[in-house]
Amino acid sequence: MTQENQQEFWRWTESSWKNPDMDWKDAGFVTVGIDVGSVSSQACIMADGKIYAFANMRTGSDSPASARNALENALKTTDMPEERVDYCVGTGYGRVNVPFADRAVTEIACHARGANFIYGPAVRTVLDVGGQDIKAISCDEKGRVTHFLMNDKCAAGTGRGMEVFADLLGVSINEVGDRSFQYQGPEPDAVSSTCVVYARSEATGLLRKGWTTEKVLAAYCRAMAERIFALLERLGVEPGFGVTGGMAKNRGVMDRLTAMIRLEPMRTAWDVQVAGAVGAALFGHALCRRGKGRKR
Amino acid sequence: MLAGYGYKDASGDFFVTIDTDRCNGCGDCVSACPAAVFAVVDEDPHDPLREDPVVMVSPDKNRQLKYACGPCKPRSGRPPLPCVSACNAGAISHSW
Repeated sequence: MTQENQQEFWRWTESSWKNPDMDWKDAGFVTVGIDVGSVSSQACIMADGKIYAFANMRTGSDSPASARNALENALKTTDMPEERVDYCVGTGYGRVNVPFADRAVTEIACHARGANFIYGPAVRTVLDVGGQDIKAISCDEKGRVTHFLMNDKCAAGTGRGMEVFADLLGVSINEVGDRSFQYQGPEPDAVSSTCVVYARSEATGLLRKGWTTEKVLAAYCRAMAERIFALLERLGVEPGFGVTGGMAKNRGVMDRLTAMIRLEPMRTAWDVQVAGAVGAALFGHALCRRGKGRKR
Repeated sequence: MLAGYGYKDASGDFFVTIDTDRCNGCGDCVSACPAAVFAVVDEDPHDPLREDPVVMVSPDKNRQLKYACGPCKPRSGRPPLPCVSACNAGAISHSW
């Protein structure tokens, strides 16, 4: 019997963070935003509209458990009891499955608001490339959505598609971007299909034809960038372009997309994967200020 | 807010856009649409700070607009779309 290779190339690193300069005891309103996506779940704890702590975890097969897991990992970095929370907003694909949330808000609104916070008020076009959908959003200087388009019909060109590809080629998900630029020859044409299932069989064919892993990665990253570009083109991109979601960390796709739209994406020190949870917590804060917080 | 429901795939763009600044949540489009594409909600899930009802595309129709709207869009001799003519506020538009 052959030993199965147990290595999981798609696995990205989970993380949590706490602001060392803040104390929950000084806060007026403590709000929580939970973003349960198809691939990752984030929890963000905010004190008076400032980020106090967050956690970024993988989503399991059970959405309520993933939501709880994210919140517990965020709380673990602090000494704050969960009862201190004034309001909790759930968002993302699994938002209806956050049992302890006071309100569910779509990720469209949350990502725009979150991007406005992490990139600053200059952001006008927000692209969120999630685990299984792509959202293109226009917003104003307050992070209010003015126009949005979403494509959630299939997982082509999304984070999960990239995970499947990393696994197929045996390249760690963190290295996909860099490896795709290591191909020395001229940039190959995009694989003709971004559909996860078809692209997978196409890639196997290309490898058999003698293409290197790097060349296949370059062709696939290009295909993803083209697909994202098609949705952005329909919405129209304005300067002040911010990307949220895990794909923002993949320069193989992002650098190619930047070349297509000829607009440099904005930069931030924050983890762009938590934008949705940040936005959710900010909405919680706004609702608390309207007197809709939990009675304590 | 221009809320773009629908999708883009290899066969084309299928977006129904609702201008939520014009929509007053009257629900005339809901009764006009033969395919039950629209629904009035009291809380806009895309805009938690809005307090008035608004129309959205039902989540179960979001991924099949090409087929749901198809019967109202014949190739030739197109009559006005029932949803668009029912909306006095002019809040509904189709991309195809």
